Amino acid sequence: MIGELFVLIISSMLVSNVVLSQFLGICPFLGVSKKVETAVGMGAAVTFVITIACAITYPIYYGILVPLHVEFLETIAFILIIAALVQFVEMVLKKFMPALHATLGVFLPLITTNCAVLGVAMNNITDGYNFGFSLASGFFTAIGFLISITILAGIRERIEHNDIPESFKGTPIVLVTASLMAIAFCGFAGIV
Amino acid sequence: MNTCMERLKNGIITENPTFVMMLGMCPTLAVTSSAINGLGMGLTTTAVLVLSNLFISLLRNVIPDKVRIPGFIVVVASFVTMIQLLLKAYIPFLDQALGVYIPLIVVNCIILGRAEAYASKNGPVASIFDGIGMGLGFTFGLTCIGICREILGAGAIFGKTFIPDDFHITFFVLAPGAFLVLAFLTALQNKLKMPSATNVEGDDSLSCGGNCAGCTGCGAVANKGIIEAERAAAKAAAAQAAKEKAAAAKAAKEAAAKASADKSE
Repeated sequence: MIGELFVLIISSMLVSNVVLSQFLGICPFLGVSKKVETAVGMGAAVTFVITIACAITYPIYYGILVPLHVEFLETIAFILIIAALVQFVEMVLKKFMPALHATLGVFLPLITTNCAVLGVAMNNITDGYNFGFSLASGFFTAIGFLISITILAGIRERIEHNDIPESFKGTPIVLVTASLMAIAFCGFAGIV
Repeated sequence: MNTCMERLKNGIITENPTFVMMLGMCPTLAVTSSAINGLGMGLTTTAVLVLSNLFISLLRNVIPDKVRIPGFIVVVASFVTMIQLLLKAYIPFLDQALGVYIPLIVVNCIILGRAEAYASKNGPVASIFDGIGMGLGFTFGLTCIGICREILGAGAIFGKTFIPDDFHITFFVLAPGAFLVLAFLTALQNKLKMPSATNVEGDDSLSCGGNCAGCTGCGAVANKGIIEAERAAAKAAAAQAAKEKAAAAKAAKEAAAKASADKSE
């Protein structure tokens, strides 16, 4: 049990990293990775939302969709739940935790269109995890996102003043960086 | 008829979603390990795009403005579910190959972007052609990247091998290769000074790079919070300034009154 959980944590966080090997959440990965601070904020907000989304979509799937034999409504149900959830989380944070809202608030509306949230929720159902494993998988996948976006932002800050070939300035050099990071993350494949 | 041809050209060339707008990056990187997967994903997205554009255009006067985004999402999600079930039944190998990326068409920027920017403002026929144009543009982009990666990585085009095994560079069909191929294609675009969302300078604080000329709406949805926060900050600053001005005016008045009082004494 513990061993299985350990394998799940390592594989969801590092081996099949959500951005670098599953290609989910590329838009914020490339878009909000200019500064380490904002990247960490975005990563924290994504972690927050993915974990809550996993905790809510699991009972909805097994408590409502399966008993009613409407599993094919998964896509519609999940995207609406996630969109509503993001709005709800924003309101709750604004009301009860203004300090946290000030840090994460800007990033929350961006997350509705983040495919990582929907992708992780659906993968949990496809892989047939139980509730605890779903939560762990969601949380550690999101931590994987946080790790990779923070590393990319760090690298981007360092290469900003480097002598990059004219046509590689901007997005291309970021993609090359992402490619090198993906090669590095391939190295984790041996752990599990 | 003229508008229809113009919409087709716009989608395939002028505003090509993959190369010019850089939209829908997740499927672009994820499913292009072979040309056939890219083509399949492109055509699936095209089908969803045409149907959702048609229905959103028909419903544009019915859906209230305030809840239009959730409304669009429901329409798109319904069509994605239908297409997914059809693929499972009739083209199972494509369903296997594309996996979770088929339901993820729901959150593809291109579809919601076209709904917001075009279908919700124009008639059904023009919207259908807009959907076909954008969809074919996306299909073209994905197939191009798929062909590049398949030739380099597996020495084949559409599954027909023509380069012997010893000269395959497996790297290109794996995850890092996707980033690298896209990097070189965008660099080539920058070199040739072709129009692209990547070589336009803009406001960095916005998620879309602030390139408003090439905005289709999905960035606008995402940026709403940032823009609203900025507006609120500007408003607060203006209120503060007004307050200070009023206070200064009051102080000046009091001083003047005092001075006149002193004079009269």
